Amino acid sequence: MNAGERLTDANFPAHPEKATLEGKNKFLGFWLFLGGETVLFATLFGTYLGLRNMHLDGPSGAELFSLPLVFLATMLLLTSSLTSVYAVLSLKQNKVRSLQGWFLVTLLLGLGFLGLEIYEFIHYVHEGHTFTSSAFGSAFYTLVGFHGAHVLFGILWITTLLARNWNRGITLSNAPKYYLFALYWHFVDVVWVFIFTVVYLMGKVG
Amino acid sequence: MATHESHKKRSGLMDWLTTVDHKKIGILYLLAGGFFFLIGGLEAVLMRIQLMEPDSKIFTGELYNQLLTMHGTTMIFLAAMPIIFGFMNAIVPLQLGARDVAFPYVNAVGFWLFFFGGVLLNLSWFLGGAPEAGWTAYAPLSTVAEDTGVDFYVLGLQIAGAGTLAGGINFLVTIINMRAPGMTFMRMPLFTWASFVTSGLILFAFPALTVGFFLLMFERVFDANFFNPDMGGNILIWEHIFWIFGHPEVYILILPAFGIISEVISTFSNKRLFGYSAMVFATVLIGFLGFMVWVHHMFTVGLGPVANSIFAVATMAIAIPTGVKIFNWIFTMWGGQIRFSTAMLFAVGFVPTFVMGGVTGVMLSVPAADYQYHDSYFVVAHFHYVIVGGLILGLFSGLYYWYPRMFNRVLNETLGKWNFWLFFIGFHLTFFPQHWLGLMGMPRRVYTYMSGQELDGANFVSTIGAILMGAGTVVLLINIIISASSKYATTKDPWDGRTLEWSMPVPTPEYNFAQTPLVRGLDALYVEKTAGNGAMTPAEPVGEIHMPNGSILPFILSLGMFISGFGFIYSNWYVAGAGLGLVLITMFLRSIIDDHGYHIHKEEVEADIKGGRA
Repeated sequence: MNAGERLTDANFPAHPEKATLEGKNKFLGFWLFLGGETVLFATLFGTYLGLRNMHLDGPSGAELFSLPLVFLATMLLLTSSLTSVYAVLSLKQNKVRSLQGWFLVTLLLGLGFLGLEIYEFIHYVHEGHTFTSSAFGSAFYTLVGFHGAHVLFGILWITTLLARNWNRGITLSNAPKYYLFALYWHFVDVVWVFIFTVVYLMGKVG
Repeated sequence: MATHESHKKRSGLMDWLTTVDHKKIGILYLLAGGFFFLIGGLEAVLMRIQLMEPDSKIFTGELYNQLLTMHGTTMIFLAAMPIIFGFMNAIVPLQLGARDVAFPYVNAVGFWLFFFGGVLLNLSWFLGGAPEAGWTAYAPLSTVAEDTGVDFYVLGLQIAGAGTLAGGINFLVTIINMRAPGMTFMRMPLFTWASFVTSGLILFAFPALTVGFFLLMFERVFDANFFNPDMGGNILIWEHIFWIFGHPEVYILILPAFGIISEVISTFSNKRLFGYSAMVFATVLIGFLGFMVWVHHMFTVGLGPVANSIFAVATMAIAIPTGVKIFNWIFTMWGGQIRFSTAMLFAVGFVPTFVMGGVTGVMLSVPAADYQYHDSYFVVAHFHYVIVGGLILGLFSGLYYWYPRMFNRVLNETLGKWNFWLFFIGFHLTFFPQHWLGLMGMPRRVYTYMSGQELDGANFVSTIGAILMGAGTVVLLINIIISASSKYATTKDPWDGRTLEWSMPVPTPEYNFAQTPLVRGLDALYVEKTAGNGAMTPAEPVGEIHMPNGSILPFILSLGMFISGFGFIYSNWYVAGAGLGLVLITMFLRSIIDDHGYHIHKEEVEADIKGGRA
């Protein structure tokens, strides 16, 4: 079968994302890549933990962070992870329109999260907490900004993927791509859970 | 069924710029890495000329610091690692019985990123001066340096490092997913095992360096304060991050050399490798322990006796699996029918040399003693014994061993022996006296010393040794040039090989194996030879073979990174944006253009088999 051919319910494999060697390779390679990404964020977390109290004359985390806003952002991102799960469930059932719908919801939630983050950063800058104001500032914006950049990249990725494959159904070629995006999105979400805990909650109470 | 697409062949320069064939990418890595090896070697010789006499004034101060920094950086990132990747690309898929690597396109991206990163870093020589903060770029040396040298260092290595990470993931997936039928993990040749573990180390070590470089870049380009104590920063964060990457890096370098030595000693002793499973276990254990020892580079920082002791014990523990390997190599030779080819000479020379580097390593792992050795020439002697005496001898061995497979020619053995003896004697002459220089108190990284301190003789001998090593390398270059003559054309199995890469015709067909081979034991080809078959048994009928298309996009993507590097170095955001834009456009094009590759027809493969070409 040609990898670019639209799959039908009759010839639909149980795991379309791993039905070809290319798909298997992408699946494994992407898991490994996420392993590397884990080290990347671990290093950023380590740096942040070492410098989080070095705010000098500027405002501290406890003074800056507003938990309701961050909670809202967290809810948006967690929900977007859930909707991407629904999209993958649709993928496995060969329901392409439903897949597209759930990924569009994921995309919108991601945009909402990014909007809140930009609003939050602008607010902090007005409070005197900038990238260059202290080591705390540099470490905070680098860690949270790296995560934000990952969200932005994910948004560009899913937009391209949906647009390119809008009328092509699910194929052996695009099924791994949808699946990998969902994996990536979950990873970005997990990183945020750690940021919420280490940066915001510990910043408020620890 | 798949449509039969016509196969458009590119030729000449365009072929090399667009290739996604792992054999050609292997050659590209080897050539580029070899070129940087010559530059790094030249820098070393210039430093030794400055140190030949006391109070010498040839390359002093800033220029010496630049030579020192660029020598270390070039040798590690732009010479050793790419040459390793060259062998991994050229050999690992063949040893696995695979037609290609898992991600041929990503493989090309990895090479071009490394290449442009290396070029960017070396352009610093002509654009305001090379970096001068040492290859470790410790803050605050690297953060307060006012010229653009360190910016070239950070951006050049960041780009090259991204390529390395891509290569690491590629080989992990290739080895896990693309082994031929019967090629179980415990039947894989040791070089493939070493490549597997090294790729794992790359995956988990390089992202730390990526972050380190981002922090340093942000510090220099965007005025961040990670390492600026006045603004609450902490210089030790750089040291930790650098060595969390840097120590696994040492094993990333040496494990493939261990793999090469294992192959060569087994082949030229006409014996199965002694203690194969112990060798595999030792390789994995070294890889694992490699992540737990980074603080031994920082014993004198003052982390306290508890931290120092824990890391000292972990460091000493690495001597155990390494010792297992040394004994296994000796036992492989024991009772074997040894043929002293050039490859074997380098391998045999490697064993005692590496042991000497290992012994000084254990000495350095004792924190109390390390306070004495730290930052002296003793350390320089130690790491050159493991890196040159270990890795480089291993790479030379691998070059002579695999040259016929990669280039369809054998290297001249007489010149090869000149190469070995000049380099080997030169090496010991250079670095053995440096142990004493260090113990007598000569500090590292210093461009001169005074006469009358009994440092003159050893320094003079050391420089003579460096010149001999240079002469050995020149002999190798001559050897490579004359091997182009058809007189040196080779047969497919010049060494009576034991592993799959020697089962294929010369030159290696672009699809590697016309029929995927069936592997029936460790040393797959040797098993067939002793069974009287002489050739591999195919695991599948002849059929059409799917191949990936070449692409210019990896080159353009890396060019985009190169351009953006200049933008960041000179704080020109238009150039930086344009470069990154080019990268994003290339990624976009790659994802929207469907490229399902092409098929080599069954008839063509059959014709190749008939004609002895497959």
